[in-house]
Amino acid sequence: MTGAPELICPAGTPATLRAAVDAGADAVYCGFQNATNARNFSGLNFTPDEMQAAVGYAHARGAKVLLALNTFPPAGRFDLWQQAADDGAAMGIDAFIVADIGVAAYLADHHPGCRLHLSVQAAASSPEAISYYCERFGVRRVVLPRILTVPEIRQLKSEIPCEIETFVFGNHGLMVEGRCSLTNYAVGRSTNMDGVCSPASEVHYQRAENGALTAQLGCHVIDRFEAGQQAGYPTICKGRYRAPVRDDPYYAFEEPVSLNLMDMLPSLIGAGVDAFKIEGRQRSRAYVGAVVGAFRAAIDAVMAGQTPPSADLIALTEGQKQTHGAFATKKWR
Amino acid sequence: MSTAKLTLGPILFHWDADRKRDFYARIADEAPIDTVYLGEVVCSKRSPFFDRHYPEVIERLERAGKQVVLSTLAEVVLPRERRAITELCAQTDYPVEVNNAAGLSAASGRPHRIGPMMNVYNERSMAYLARPGAAHFTLPAELPRGAAEGLARTAADLGAATEVQVFGRASLAVSARCYHARAHRRTKDDCQFVCGEDPDGMPLRTLDGQDMLAINGIQTLSHSYVNLIAELDEMRAMGIDHYRLMPHSVDMVAVATIFADRAAGRIDAAQAAERIEALDIGAPFSNGFWHGIAGHRYWPARLHAAST
Repeated sequence: MTGAPELICPAGTPATLRAAVDAGADAVYCGFQNATNARNFSGLNFTPDEMQAAVGYAHARGAKVLLALNTFPPAGRFDLWQQAADDGAAMGIDAFIVADIGVAAYLADHHPGCRLHLSVQAAASSPEAISYYCERFGVRRVVLPRILTVPEIRQLKSEIPCEIETFVFGNHGLMVEGRCSLTNYAVGRSTNMDGVCSPASEVHYQRAENGALTAQLGCHVIDRFEAGQQAGYPTICKGRYRAPVRDDPYYAFEEPVSLNLMDMLPSLIGAGVDAFKIEGRQRSRAYVGAVVGAFRAAIDAVMAGQTPPSADLIALTEGQKQTHGAFATKKWR
Repeated sequence: MSTAKLTLGPILFHWDADRKRDFYARIADEAPIDTVYLGEVVCSKRSPFFDRHYPEVIERLERAGKQVVLSTLAEVVLPRERRAITELCAQTDYPVEVNNAAGLSAASGRPHRIGPMMNVYNERSMAYLARPGAAHFTLPAELPRGAAEGLARTAADLGAATEVQVFGRASLAVSARCYHARAHRRTKDDCQFVCGEDPDGMPLRTLDGQDMLAINGIQTLSHSYVNLIAELDEMRAMGIDHYRLMPHSVDMVAVATIFADRAAGRIDAAQAAERIEALDIGAPFSNGFWHGIAGHRYWPARLHAAST
């Protein structure tokens, strides 16, 4: 550990990017308005002109811009990813976040000076897998899947030739990312190829006479909420289901909950984590500003040897519930 | 056009050792299958139950003229999982199917296979992996036909083979968490191998009772069974020449026989559809991924007798 860990923040729009930079982000990650990134939602992401302006804004304030190029181009459509890579390189993007071997190979071949980060979508969770990407493509940092405990991260760090970035706040992905076809199975849009998970165009809410609200994805009921209960967004891995061994419906995968590792920052720094990532490119400017500001203050305090100021982020979590996920204990598994 | 070959994918479920041995004995004796993939792909905790039986099973299959390929774990985190995949990929007795990038370095320099969990979606990824020796690619379950055609063409240029899963539940997701243990209010470390109670996975129904998914430990599968028997001709024309059947508790010799008869032209598409629907697998068929629509759907719908 040579310096303070970087704070890596999400930006779905130019306004959010400015908010994140102004709130103290060391780097902001964002994507173009197409399938080349894993948050390909309508109304989100950057035109080439906006991306160029974003790089200018961030660089003028000492922040970096990381380009999410972290989906898997299907055969016949590689041109779109190639264009995004070429555009990003021309714009002075500070690093490319990649998952696909073909995309990594293209960048390593055609833009050899560019810095590569291995996306969580690559699902590299062992020294052997991570080292493969470092040795072959010159990857400089791995974004770890949210499945490792702190001791496992510490051990991993000692065995790999690159930096580690871990998620510390936001959506708590349950499935190994980059290996999930649940949305495609349900509605015919692929998370890996199209960059969409539970697309809003396939989400339907139905209100019953008693006020209960049913949330559906395509033709599948994902959850149901009583009148007055806050309704969640229907994501398959956060839904309630029936199983033969359960009398009542239950959250078969995970409850709607957000990851929040703010109180674990010191142990993560001690384990050798080089960068902390906040999830949420689909989130509002106000949300991003608040979360980034809170984590900026916490990291600065920890690095100064002080106790982090207590920040109440519970209002910004999904279902007002937060978890340490896999990081704190193996019992999560 | 090369000869169509039927393969049998690895058993994804936690069947007990006797059941697996009986299963492979019958496959050896009766199934018109060319290649059998062996190995625990889903959960490393299950491996000790069957490891000592592999030599006997391999011998039995090879005596019956089947080619044996060893499949690696799909998820590699723990030290024992790292050791397992590295050793498997470094051995030279049998061809290996790599299902996690942790095995790529150990397998390189010799011919090896790339499994469906390796996310080879495009020509560049395939060509890159082919350089150090990947010579056989099983495509991701969700890949649509247009992309599959492009990959089959690339594979042909590289002198590699292409394989597609044509029967059985599709793997939709893996996790670090065991959902079988969770359903039984246990954790993965204290799972007591409850996944063994469900030979084809534990059904998950939506709140309104619609069958949707099947849980297999850390893996989530489709409720529907992929069935691409009507697409065999199309795949063949694309140059896809290996067709993978995934083991289930349904009579797999019967399944293999129907696919072999269809691939050899002994029965037509209508006869094949009729025979495979008569197997009564207790779940609808699907081919939506192949046709670029929702994976659970069957296209065209008129062939979908079992569906709701």
